[in-house]
Amino acid sequence: MSLLEVQDLKVHFHTEDGVVKAVDGASFSVEEGQTLGIVGESGCGKSVANMTILGLTRSPVTSIEGRILLEGRDLNEASADELQSIRGQDIAMIFQDPLTSLHPFYKIGKQLTEAIHAHQDMSKQAARDRAAELLGLVGIPDAKNRLNDYPHEFSGGMRQRVMIAMALVNDPRILIADEPTTALDVTIQAQILRLIQRLQDQLGMAVILITHDLGVVADVADYINVMYAGRIVEAGTLDEIFYDPQHPYTWGLLGSLARPDRPRAHRLSQIQGQPPSLLAPPQGCHFRPRCPHEFDRCKQTPGLDPRSGTREHLDRCWLPPERKRTLRVIQGDQIGLEVPAA
Amino acid sequence: MLRYIVRRVLWGVALLFLVSAVIFLIFYVFPSADPAKLRAGRQANPQLIEQIRDQLGLSDPYLEQFARYMTQVFTPFDWFGAAAHGGTGPLNFGRSFQSNTPVSEIIYERLPATALLVAGAVVFWLLMGLPVGIISAVKRRSALDRTTMVTSLALISAPVFWLGLVALYLFASDVGLIHVFPGIGSYLDADSFWAKCWSLFLPWLVLAAATAAIYARYLRSSLIDVMSEDYIRTARAKGVSEGNVIMRHGVRSAITPIVTLLGLDVGLLLAGNAILTESVFNIPGVGREIVVAINRSDLPLIQGIVLFGAFFIVTFNLIVDIAYAYLDPRVRYR
Repeated sequence: MSLLEVQDLKVHFHTEDGVVKAVDGASFSVEEGQTLGIVGESGCGKSVANMTILGLTRSPVTSIEGRILLEGRDLNEASADELQSIRGQDIAMIFQDPLTSLHPFYKIGKQLTEAIHAHQDMSKQAARDRAAELLGLVGIPDAKNRLNDYPHEFSGGMRQRVMIAMALVNDPRILIADEPTTALDVTIQAQILRLIQRLQDQLGMAVILITHDLGVVADVADYINVMYAGRIVEAGTLDEIFYDPQHPYTWGLLGSLARPDRPRAHRLSQIQGQPPSLLAPPQGCHFRPRCPHEFDRCKQTPGLDPRSGTREHLDRCWLPPERKRTLRVIQGDQIGLEVPAA
Repeated sequence: MLRYIVRRVLWGVALLFLVSAVIFLIFYVFPSADPAKLRAGRQANPQLIEQIRDQLGLSDPYLEQFARYMTQVFTPFDWFGAAAHGGTGPLNFGRSFQSNTPVSEIIYERLPATALLVAGAVVFWLLMGLPVGIISAVKRRSALDRTTMVTSLALISAPVFWLGLVALYLFASDVGLIHVFPGIGSYLDADSFWAKCWSLFLPWLVLAAATAAIYARYLRSSLIDVMSEDYIRTARAKGVSEGNVIMRHGVRSAITPIVTLLGLDVGLLLAGNAILTESVFNIPGVGREIVVAINRSDLPLIQGIVLFGAFFIVTFNLIVDIAYAYLDPRVRYR
């Protein structure tokens, strides 16, 4: 049994303009101590899927189908109170913009201890000690005194460290990091990613890392799911996604990575067109209108099946695997990383 | 912070000075009844009027009158004939032209009624406005939300004197359709504190109605904005209960602009709607007194009451600004 298993999750928002199918049948799972990267461009449903795990998208206008199994227990069936006790305790989440994600009126010590007291009976002093311990753990110097500071007295990177500390105070088993580095500059980005990885090794939790940047997950993820327009279009291990990408959308994402290790500078390729409206996604394969290799069969929806030869490497593309391996070579350069010489 | 307060207080004093000058100007530049004639009564002979005019110091040049008044209010010295006309200060607001009573005495006598009226109204409008605003924001688009928002719009649009008369017509124990609350003039007969409160019940409701409606709508929209902030999502993700998310995280942020509004509105209440309410319900307060003073061209009394009101507005604004620094830690004054 997986630690967390999402099965055929559908999240639909009923709006005045129609039904927005933000997540349209996503399945993924994550094991203890593992890092799952979920990659896709803005609006592909990756954040919605993960907020749904915590019940944060529940509302009268949302319909949620599918199963979200936390050690076999279906969170989609759980009551609001049960979900509240799971949030921050079993599953914690950090968000994209650390500048706006902390309450501006409360000292961070108060915000950290609030997270503790939401789940544990602990004396005020013990909670403060625990908060200071975690601030130290995430690399904030002089942690004890900084508990008395307000969020605006921290820099962006430091605030994201505070957010991480706040997520970890109750020793969660799963940390969902929703674009944790997008609002930060590149050097800080590397620090935060390294921090998450170090904490994962120390504490043994599972991490779901959501990002639009394959470069971010390249170092840290064990498994990668590529999401497009509400569906997962390719899933596999880190190596499979980078060395043997199967879906044309994944090729596009890989082609748009800046590659300082390439010997000769060349223009970054881009995926033509815009992501489809989730109100009326294209029939069949959602990537069809933007795909240079579209053919007749694409009007039927391809299932997420193993096609490349390995059991765990899944994709939603009708093209035969041999054909994919010839097609994805552009300008004599293979997309993705070259397989290192053994 | 201290420097900021000192600077604000000095500005406040300058403002009060300016207010006095403007009242003087209005009183003498625009036509008004001659206070000396009013004092002398019907069919008085011209000599008597002249004599009264001299007594009141009205025959002196305007500038001298103004300088004398300012001396009395702000300094302890006997300049510009202060001792002869109303006595020396500081904080001497002169004597009423008509009754010869010291203005400060009149204000102190009238103040309790107004203070009780305003304080009660503020409590009422907060008790009505804030919960309605919070519930409407949380239960947005519910029947309750729509009903309260339409009602509040009606209350905002209704002038307070009209609302007062309607309230009397419906609920007053003497003239009302249903005899529930004490009506016009009941404050004058009330002898204990609680009897006074009971007699002010209807005026409180009337005075609080419009502002409560404004606060409810303001807090509603402010809270709706706040509830979509990222830090609310963070609070939920921490596992904080929904009640605490709304009250401690949402309302805590949404209420700060309301505090600013409160300071301004208490001041404005003294200067506007309290006067109308006191007149409609015949409450012997400062507001009703100024209406009488204006009708009788009683300049020192007008001056005194207006300065008093201005003093309150300036003070409340200062209190609000200082409170703001405590409510929002990002605000620092220099």
